[in-house]
Amino acid sequence: MKDYDKLIQDLAPRKFGKLGQIWVAFLCVIILLAMYAYYQQIDKGLIITGMRDYALWGIYISNFVFFVAISLVGSLVTAILRLSGLHWSTPLTRISEVIAVAAIMMAGLTIILDMGRPERIYNIFLHGRLQSPIIWDVLVITTYLVISLLLLYYPLLPDFAILKKHFKEKPFLSKIYDKLSLNWKGSEAQEKIYNSAIRTLSVMIIPIAFTIHTVTAWLFATTYRPGWDSSNFGPYFIAGAFVAGAGAVVVLMYVLRKVYHLEEYITDFHFDKMGKLLVLLCLVYLYFNVNEYLVPAYKTTVEEAAHLEGMFTGDFAPLFWSVIILGLILPVIVLIFPKGRKPLPLFIIGLIVVFGAWWKRYLIVSPTLLHPFLPVQGVPEEWHYYHPTLLEWMITFGTLASALLIMTILFRYLPIIPIHETAEEKGFLETHKTEEL
Amino acid sequence: MEKDNKKSRRKFLKLGVKLGAIASIGTVAVAKALDNEPKEEMVELMSTDGNIIQVPASEVQEVAIKPENYNSREGFPNKKFVMVVDLAKCKNALKCQQACNKGHYITGENAWLKVYKMQESEKTAPYFQPTQCQHCDKPPCVKVCPVDATFKRKDGIVLIDNERCIGCRFCMAACPYSIRVFNWNEPNQPEVVHEEEYTPDHCGKPSVKGTVDKCDFCPHETIKGELPFCVKACPNDVFAFGDAYEDAVTNGSGQTFKLSALLKEKAGYRLMESLGTEPSVFYLPPADRLVDFEKGMENFNEFKSVDKIE
Repeated sequence: MKDYDKLIQDLAPRKFGKLGQIWVAFLCVIILLAMYAYYQQIDKGLIITGMRDYALWGIYISNFVFFVAISLVGSLVTAILRLSGLHWSTPLTRISEVIAVAAIMMAGLTIILDMGRPERIYNIFLHGRLQSPIIWDVLVITTYLVISLLLLYYPLLPDFAILKKHFKEKPFLSKIYDKLSLNWKGSEAQEKIYNSAIRTLSVMIIPIAFTIHTVTAWLFATTYRPGWDSSNFGPYFIAGAFVAGAGAVVVLMYVLRKVYHLEEYITDFHFDKMGKLLVLLCLVYLYFNVNEYLVPAYKTTVEEAAHLEGMFTGDFAPLFWSVIILGLILPVIVLIFPKGRKPLPLFIIGLIVVFGAWWKRYLIVSPTLLHPFLPVQGVPEEWHYYHPTLLEWMITFGTLASALLIMTILFRYLPIIPIHETAEEKGFLETHKTEEL
Repeated sequence: MEKDNKKSRRKFLKLGVKLGAIASIGTVAVAKALDNEPKEEMVELMSTDGNIIQVPASEVQEVAIKPENYNSREGFPNKKFVMVVDLAKCKNALKCQQACNKGHYITGENAWLKVYKMQESEKTAPYFQPTQCQHCDKPPCVKVCPVDATFKRKDGIVLIDNERCIGCRFCMAACPYSIRVFNWNEPNQPEVVHEEEYTPDHCGKPSVKGTVDKCDFCPHETIKGELPFCVKACPNDVFAFGDAYEDAVTNGSGQTFKLSALLKEKAGYRLMESLGTEPSVFYLPPADRLVDFEKGMENFNEFKSVDKIE
């Protein structure tokens, strides 16, 4: 009983400390700046970006791909690991599901930010054409958002019931938790529905997750352009997505553990496991990278050669090699040593992985566009390159800050570690129930 | 009424036989075939097998190209517009580009019709290649458009509805010919572009901020019985425009050619045929050139394709 009370005490949401308040204020400032930049974009048009007729997509689209990629971790940790019966991932399920929800929401918003006429978005519903990959993307992203929200919400039902009791002294908060708990009593019938619903959603989300990122890859692979015209693109994107997502989970694990003192629940054991998982994911992604770059490099058709030269030795080479070496090879080397999987080194590697993952998407989108089939002629010299503008960066940072703000708010009001599930796994629940009887 | 019809058809056939022989001697062009000269009772027509025949003007009835229920999304019935570009004649005079820019009120920095300086390899000769929308029969741009803003008409023309386009630019990414341009800012066009009601038939009238523009194959000129701007403006008769169903294309000087014979004789080809886009623009290779490439370089501008209008 004592254990159970301590568990609730430890895991119940807590008010922001000073650091938390500064953090939220900081995010709000970035978002306000982004809103100002977006107002400029609406007013003057996309001319305020560095994009032009050749570099017709830029960091908005690579940022969109990044968000979709990172959201896939929800399905990895909550669904794949759960269904595999790996209970060590239980304390990480909520973290990854929150990442998934925040990221997929911002993915949807980012694609609107890139549009030349965002106010006409209703045309997607009025005149949508099923043969366009964009329509597939709209369909699967909304489906994924709904299932992700449910997969975040259902496991929270018992936790909300617990929190309702816990916050008895705060009637307003308690009432909200009460409403959200949908009358959870923990009865046998409820448990049955609860378990089967979560299992069903876990099974459902895996194909949907694979579909969203495959379709995102197809936005590029369905064109003829060298660098995109690849049958490898779907699995290549999914492999990369798991790397990005696992990196994000590692980073959040470390930060949340520190801020909310969750050392008892997120232990070195969890970091060790995530570190090993990250090694595996990086190796799989490296394998796909070898396929993606070395096979065309072996053949060197004229178009592919121009694109690959830019990557290997040209303008994009410093970025390309940094991403491959620091973002993929270094993590493998560091994390195969047990010491490398301790919380702090893993946190640093996780940061590098997430950072590298963002730039990797940039390398997928931009270089290809600058090497079209016909020569680039008759346009101003600046149009031969792509340099994102300050306003463009502000908008992009705004979306990243918004994702972080959504996560911060969710972590403020939801238990970061699932209380009910943890109690169940630790065997607290049986004693608690009998005592109640 | 029925009797009359039969009679005239018989008369027409007889004429055809008689005049077919005459036509095969000379290479008479069907310059502005429908321009009646008042004193002449006869008009010259080209029959489907490419022979020039003379027919009494009274027997010929001008059929309006624009049907009564003309619809911009459907296009002209029973037409399939094509263009032939003769690379042997292009000396990079850029009159085509200037006429196109002017006629479509282009104010951006990327023209819809560009004359590329092409050279396949160091060992092969350079040449100039006028390139505009290829009006593909299997257009990759139309396939990817999420809102049916860019569409393919029955007459082969690919157009854009600038009132529907959401500005996602997927069509631009999909086009292997990179011919689509985006209105990155508010186009600074003259007032005249707003005078008529909007129709996708005349691209650039007006251009709309945040949407895509491109070559429209000038249906706004065809409807008046005129040739596209670029065809008319070219001093060297590089371009010929026409209808594949009639198997005839006409150049700026008014000479009409049998399309299939022209492509056969001059070994016509299409750009990036291997992609399967099936363009409506045919190129004749730059063989036996009538122009000096080096001279054309005088006009070549690497970084500009649209002159700023004051």
